[in-house]
Amino acid sequence: MRYQTVIGLEVHLQLSTKTKAFCSCAIDFGRPPNSGVCPVCLGLPGTLPVYNKEALNSAIKVALAFSCQIQEHTKFDRKNYFYPDLPKNYQISQFDLPLSRNGHLEIISEGELKRIGITRIHLEEDAGKLIHGSNSSLVDFNRTGVPLLEIVSEPDIFSPQEAFDYLTTLKNIIEYLDVSDCDMEKGSLRCDANISLRPEGSKELGVKTELKNMNSFKGVKDALTFEVIRQTELLESGQAISQETRLWDAGKGVTVAMRSKEGAKDYRYFPDPDLTVFVIEQEAVKRIKSGLPELPKEKMRRFIKEYGLSEYDAKILVNSRRDAEFAEECLRMYPGKDKKPVVNWLIGPLLSEANNRKLSLCGLKVDKQELINLVGFVEKQEISNLSAKLVLTQMIDTRKPAEEIIKENNMLQISDSTKLEAIILEVIRDNEKSVNSFKEGKTNALMFLVGQVMKRSAGKANPKVVGDLLKRRLTGA
Amino acid sequence: MGLNQFTAHELMGKLKSREILPRDILEDLFARLKEVEPRVKAYARFKPEGIPSPEQSLGLPITIKDNICTEGLKTECCSKILVNFRPPYDATVVAKLKAAGVSIFPFKANMDEFAFGSSTENSCFGTTRNPWDLEYVPGGSSGGSAAAVAGDEAVWALGSDTGGSIRQPASFCGVVGLKPTYGLVSRFGLVAFASSLDQIGPITKDVEDAAILTGIISGYDPNDSTSVNQQVPDYTGSLGKGAKGLKIGIPKEYFIEGLDAEVKDVIDEALNKLKFLGAVSKEVSLPHTQYAVPVYYIIATAEASSNLARFDGVQYGYRASSDELIEMYKKTRAEGFGEEAKRRIILGTFALSHGYYDAYYLRALKVRTLIKNDFDAVFRDFDCIITPTSPTPAFRIGEKTQDPLKMYLSDIYTISVNLAGIPAISIPCGFTKKGLPVGLQIMAKPFDEETIFRVAHAFEQNTEWHKIKPKL
Amino acid sequence: MAIDKETVKYVAHLARIELRPEELDKLCRQLHDILGFIDQLSSLDVKEVKPASHILPICNVLREDEPRKSLSPDKALKNAPSREGDFFSVPKIIE
Repeated sequence: MRYQTVIGLEVHLQLSTKTKAFCSCAIDFGRPPNSGVCPVCLGLPGTLPVYNKEALNSAIKVALAFSCQIQEHTKFDRKNYFYPDLPKNYQISQFDLPLSRNGHLEIISEGELKRIGITRIHLEEDAGKLIHGSNSSLVDFNRTGVPLLEIVSEPDIFSPQEAFDYLTTLKNIIEYLDVSDCDMEKGSLRCDANISLRPEGSKELGVKTELKNMNSFKGVKDALTFEVIRQTELLESGQAISQETRLWDAGKGVTVAMRSKEGAKDYRYFPDPDLTVFVIEQEAVKRIKSGLPELPKEKMRRFIKEYGLSEYDAKILVNSRRDAEFAEECLRMYPGKDKKPVVNWLIGPLLSEANNRKLSLCGLKVDKQELINLVGFVEKQEISNLSAKLVLTQMIDTRKPAEEIIKENNMLQISDSTKLEAIILEVIRDNEKSVNSFKEGKTNALMFLVGQVMKRSAGKANPKVVGDLLKRRLTGA
Repeated sequence: MGLNQFTAHELMGKLKSREILPRDILEDLFARLKEVEPRVKAYARFKPEGIPSPEQSLGLPITIKDNICTEGLKTECCSKILVNFRPPYDATVVAKLKAAGVSIFPFKANMDEFAFGSSTENSCFGTTRNPWDLEYVPGGSSGGSAAAVAGDEAVWALGSDTGGSIRQPASFCGVVGLKPTYGLVSRFGLVAFASSLDQIGPITKDVEDAAILTGIISGYDPNDSTSVNQQVPDYTGSLGKGAKGLKIGIPKEYFIEGLDAEVKDVIDEALNKLKFLGAVSKEVSLPHTQYAVPVYYIIATAEASSNLARFDGVQYGYRASSDELIEMYKKTRAEGFGEEAKRRIILGTFALSHGYYDAYYLRALKVRTLIKNDFDAVFRDFDCIITPTSPTPAFRIGEKTQDPLKMYLSDIYTISVNLAGIPAISIPCGFTKKGLPVGLQIMAKPFDEETIFRVAHAFEQNTEWHKIKPKL
Repeated sequence: MAIDKETVKYVAHLARIELRPEELDKLCRQLHDILGFIDQLSSLDVKEVKPASHILPICNVLREDEPRKSLSPDKALKNAPSREGDFFSVPKIIE
C-alpha cells in the first residue's frame, strides 16, 4: 500500500520587544543566569502580569502578514502544568479565544505554488532554561516571560521538503516584519511537528506523533524524513503507530519516544483572572495593516514589473528584506534603463563574495554608489570583467572607492588603437602560422591572436577592440 | 489610657501637635503585646524577646496581614510551605502606606493559611482567639488583624477579603472592616487566593479610620491589570453627612432559617436606629443568594488551585527532600500545605479538569453573572443594602473544624459581595447576651464607598457600640 | 455527583499533592458532600447567560515597552531552598 504523509507544524516565535511579555525586564540573552529577572517573571507570590503593548502590535502584524482574521475579542488563559522552568507552574497562553485564526501562507515547493492553511496565531510567554547536570537540573529564568507567538498550521503539508519550504517562507516573512530574530539555533524560532501517515486516497487522518527538539530547518526535514520511514515500516509490518511525543536526536539521526508528561486534556485551561480581555478595534487593525512593510511576494512581483527582472533573479533578491532594499537602491541609482548589468553583479560576484564570507549582501557593507560606479566601468568597457571582480574584492577588504583601486592597480583597459597597433603588429609578425590559418578561413585562429595581444598588454587591452583591429588588418578591410 | 487604645485619627492629631512621638505609640503597643498576645495570638511569629527597639519607628504603625508582601520582612501566609519567605518587594498598598508616613509594624497578623478559612484555626502558627471570649474564634481569615485591632494590640490593620475574610472577623471581633470594590485597591503584592475575588481592605476601630485608610491604599496601579484607573475621592468628606433620605434595601433572602435569633434582634434594632436617623428602608430580593456559596467554592478553589501551583519548593519556601522531581513536588506540597489548603486545591483542580469544566467552572461563572445582575437591579432603586455580616456570632474554637461544609456556610452573607465585585463594610451594632459582638453589613454599588462610609458613620456616631472594649 | 477514589487520586496527581490512604478516604467523603451541595447549581437554566470571568467591564490594559531594572541574581536567589552558583537547583529531570 502507498501512504500519504500529513504534517502540521507549530512554530514558536520569540518577539524581539525591548521588554518581556508581562513585566518590564529588558530582554537580553547574553546575561549571566538569573540576572534578567524580577518578582513578576519569577512568579513570586503576590505579583501580577500586565501585557506588553508592543508585543500585541507585533503579533497583530504577524497575523495580518499571514492573512489571518484578527479576532475582535481575545483573552489570556492559564495552561496549568508543573515543570521547573515554569515559575508559576502555569503558562499564560490563549485557549478558546486566540488573537487570530484562519490564515494561510503561499509557498513554492518543488516548483509548485501551494497554499498552507494557518489554523491560528496566538500569544503566550516563554519558559526558562534548564541545564541538566549529573545529580541535579539547574534553572535559569532569564528567558522566562519573553513574549512568544505560536503559529499553528493546518495539516496541509505533505512532505518533509514542503515542511522545509514552509518554514523558509515563514521565516522570510517574519524577517520582513522585523519582529523577531527568527534564529532557530538561538531558539528564537522553534518548531514542533505533528506527522501521521494515511493510505493514499484516504480522507481520515492517521495516528500522529509529535516531534520536538529540532534546532534547524534541516533538522525538521531530517526528523520528518526519519519519521516517514519509521511509520511506513511499522504500518507495512501491520503494527500500530502510538500517539506520542518523540525527540529528535540530531547526532544519531533518529527520533526517540519521550517519557509522557501531562497530556493536552490535563492542562485545565481557564481564563487568567489577573488579565483583562482585549477588544481589538478594526480601526487599530487597519492602522497596523497600512503600516506593514511590503512583503517578499509583493516585492518580488514589483521587482519583476518595475526593473524587468526575471522571476529567478527577483526571487533571489527578495530572500532577505535588507538585501532586497539594498538591491533596490542599487537598481534605482544605476542610470541605465536596462538594469540587467546591476542584477548580474548583485546575484553574481556580490552574492558569491557574500557566500564566501558567510555574510548577507548588505552585510558586505559595499557602498552602493561605488558598486554602481564599478558596474559603469565594466559597462563602458574601461575595465575587464575579471579585473572588476578583483576590484570588488578589494572594495570589500579596504573600503576604497572603485576608481582608486582601478588606478592604483593600473587596471584601465587599453582601447586606444594607436597604443594597441604596435602590439598587434608585433603579434602578427611573431605568429605567422596562425595568421595564415586565419587567412585560410580558420576563425579560431583569431581568438588565439587576440589572446596573444591580451597577454602582451598584461590583460589591459580591450579584447573587443583588439579583435576588431586584428580583423581589419588581416583582411585589409 | 495607653496610646494603643486610641484610634488612628486620634493619634494622628496627637502626633501632629507633637504631644507624642511615634515611638511612644510603639512602646505602648509592645507593652500591650507582652501582656495579652500570649493569650490572643493575633500575630503570626510573635516572640516577646523579638521585640525591636521602638526608636526605629518613624510614623503611626499599622499591622499587616501575613499574606501582603513587605520587603525584607517575612511574609509566609501562615503556611509552612512559605517558610522564611522574605519578599524582595513591597506590595503596592505597603508602598502607599510608607509614602503616606505610616510605618509597618514589625510583626504580621495571623490568618488562616493562604486565607483559606473563616476562623483563623488554619494557621501553621496556631489559632487566634477572640478577645471578647478566648474560647471563641475571631473569625477569618483576617482573624489576626481583627483580634489585634479589637484587643488594642494594633492601632489599625490591613486584611484581605475573598469571601468575607475582612468583614466576618470584623463582625466577630466588634471592629470595622471594609471590603472595597474590586479594582479600587491594587492587588499587587497580595499573595493571591482567588484573583477575581481578592481585595485588600482596612480593619479599624472606627469608621473614620476606615475612611482614612481606604483613601491611603486606594488608587490606580499600573502593576495590576485589574486596578481601575479613576480618581479616588476624599472618603473623609462622606463623614458627618447623616443618613437622612438614604434608601436602604433589606434583602429577604438574608433573613431566613439559619439566622441566629439574637443576631436578628440586634440587626432589627440597628435598622430601627437608621430609620430613626431618617433613612428609608424596604424589603428587596436578591433571588440567587442561595447559589452564592456553591458558586464561590467553585470559582475560588479553581483560581486558588492555579495560584498556589507556584508553591513547589523550587524558588522559595519549604522543600521536602527527594532526588526525584515529581516526588519532590508531591512531598513538598503534601508536607507544606495544611489540610484545608489541600482540600481546596484538589477541589479546584477537579472543577477545572477535563470533562468537568463545563458542569462546574463554566456554570459557576454563569451563575456569578446572575448574582451580579441581582445586585445591579436593586441598586437601580436603592443607595445601599443592609444585612447581618454573619448569620451567627463567633462560634467556639473547634466547633466547625471537622465539617468543612458547615464552615463554608458561615460566609453565606459575605460571599455574594465578592462575586458581584461590590464594596461592603461590617460595623459593630450590638452584642449577644453572652457578650459576643454582632456586625452590621452595608453594601453599595461599585465604587460607591462614599455611601457606605456615610451610612456607617451616621450609625456609629449615634451609637456607643464601637466604644466598648473587650476585657483582656 | 459522586466522586470516586480514582478521580481524587488522579486530580491529586495533577495538583502534585501526595495523599496518604486515610487522607484520600477522608477527602473523598468530604468532596462528596461538598460537590453534593454544589450540585444545586445544576437546577438553574444558564443556557443564555454569559459567563462572568471578569466582574469589571475594563479591557485592553497594556503596558509600554519600556525596560526597568531587574533584580540582582543574589536577590533573585535569596529565598532559594537549593542553588548551585546563580542557578536554582532541582532534582535531576530525566526526559
